[in-house]
Amino acid sequence: MVEQPAIGDNDRVVVHRLSKRFGNVQAVADVNLRVRVGEAMVIVGPSGSGKSTVLRCMNHLEVPTKGAIYIDGVHLEDPKTDINAVRKEMGMVFQQFNLFPHLTVMGNLTLAQKRVRRRSQKEAEEIGMQQLNRVGIPEKARMKPAQLSGGQQQRVAIARSLAMNPKVMLFDEPTSALDPEMINEVLDVMRELAASGMTMVVVTHEMGFAREIGSHLVMMDEGRVVEEGNAAEVFANPQNERTRAFFSKIL
Amino acid sequence: MRPVQVPGAAEIETDPLGIEASQERGEFPYWLVLMLLIIGLFAYLTFFDPTYVGARRAILPGLGITIRATLIAFVIALVIGLIAGLGRIARNSVVRTLATTYVEFIRGVPMLVLIFAVALVIVPLLADALGFSNRLPQEVRAIIALALIYGGYIAEVFRAGVESVHPGQLEASRSLGMPHSSAMRHVVIPQAVRNVLPALGNDFISMLKDSSLLSVLGVTEITQQARIFASSTFQFREGFLVLTFLYLTMTLVLSLLVAWLGRRLKRG
Ligand SMILES: Nc1ncnc2c1ncn2[C@@H]1O[C@H](COP(=O)(O)OP(=O)(O)OP(=O)(O)O)[C@@H](O)[C@H]1O
Ligand SMILES: [Mg+2]
Repeated sequence: MVEQPAIGDNDRVVVHRLSKRFGNVQAVADVNLRVRVGEAMVIVGPSGSGKSTVLRCMNHLEVPTKGAIYIDGVHLEDPKTDINAVRKEMGMVFQQFNLFPHLTVMGNLTLAQKRVRRRSQKEAEEIGMQQLNRVGIPEKARMKPAQLSGGQQQRVAIARSLAMNPKVMLFDEPTSALDPEMINEVLDVMRELAASGMTMVVVTHEMGFAREIGSHLVMMDEGRVVEEGNAAEVFANPQNERTRAFFSKIL
Repeated sequence: MRPVQVPGAAEIETDPLGIEASQERGEFPYWLVLMLLIIGLFAYLTFFDPTYVGARRAILPGLGITIRATLIAFVIALVIGLIAGLGRIARNSVVRTLATTYVEFIRGVPMLVLIFAVALVIVPLLADALGFSNRLPQEVRAIIALALIYGGYIAEVFRAGVESVHPGQLEASRSLGMPHSSAMRHVVIPQAVRNVLPALGNDFISMLKDSSLLSVLGVTEITQQARIFASSTFQFREGFLVLTFLYLTMTLVLSLLVAWLGRRLKRG
């Protein structure tokens, strides 16, 4: 058992000494992070540096080998924790969208609202419609996901999470599977979300976007956090050599 | 013939007759024309040739039993198969072990032997244990046997179906706060069933043919009727031609239906 970290009222997500091994691969090694309410944290780093693994641990899709995650002070790895109760307050957006192909767009938006939030069909559809408006595609409500473009599908996926009224949104490379001309429509939605004060953790390779919305930038390499700080400052003046090397390669 | 289902949505058979494949090659399905000619000839003999009247009158009455036994056994097998198939991938290792044992047991014994064993050993034992020792009719035993056997095969179909659904579907549902059971019920299983509909259709066709094995229990379905007719009149040609005609007509119609369904599902 690890010692409990100090958790303030403003700490939405606390990652405490997180390590994760897959067989022989040390995916994440002793990572500490703190996401405060209203903050947009951006995690960058080379492929295989453990970004997705950290994000997935925040939602308990991966179980840490060592360390602990606290969401609003609730310890995720505690066997007494009701993980579904925590997850319904968190949204997760995946690289591959993961829309439910057998349901319409509206069906995607209402399923968890009805099953988890116990909302009526009518209420769920109203909220679903609001969120579709928010992501700019209300006219697609009756379509199947396969009839939409990649950018539209990802916006539906974001709306699906937002319809649950989450307190924090996790994004794992939400634009990496998109054709270049569709990236911006998704980033626009995320910009609006950040501006509205949503607490967010975003793993991305979109450096311009990271600089723009990231109040807090985290650079990972080989499973470790090698540098973190105010996004604008880190971009302007990276302290760590690997950060500099990464920026020079990608920018 | 029962190919082992391999995980991966794309690997589930959707074009069993090769119709789509032959269309892609730009080939006309001549085999279908030949088949229809053969069936047409058999139909003519069965219904219009006076030497076949006896066979037809003796065998046709068994058709109802063949169809009824197949339908009832198939519905029961679907239920058993869904339960055992989900059991095969359950997180509880006791459930998984029991389901796997059942499936492997069924797959390891010839169907004819299983039919004897279930109808003549297991059903009487169970009936005794449950207290209704009044003798169950052979048709009921036969249906139970078929259902138990196909339940094992269909379990594998459902398991492959669930495994063919992308793991991201379960993760997305869970990340929305849905419990595992409701994610399975509302997200994974509907997609799994859709993916395996053609495979289930093929199992139904196999079951229809395998119902002929029930003749060994004396159930008076069409094969048994044909055997009785042929051995009492020595009209083997007539008896087995009529019998073949009936099976071939049913399986061809069903195969075309399954092929059509498979293509429709593929198009989404
Ligand atoms: N389920 C898994 N099983 C085995 N190894 C895994 C698994 N998930 C991740 N890994 C390994 O852990 C390491 C970190 O992976 P992770 O996906 O977290 O990296 P990432 O920073 O998100 O990379 P990318 O930018 O390519 O998405 C990699 O070496 C990866 O191969
Ligand atoms: Mg990743």
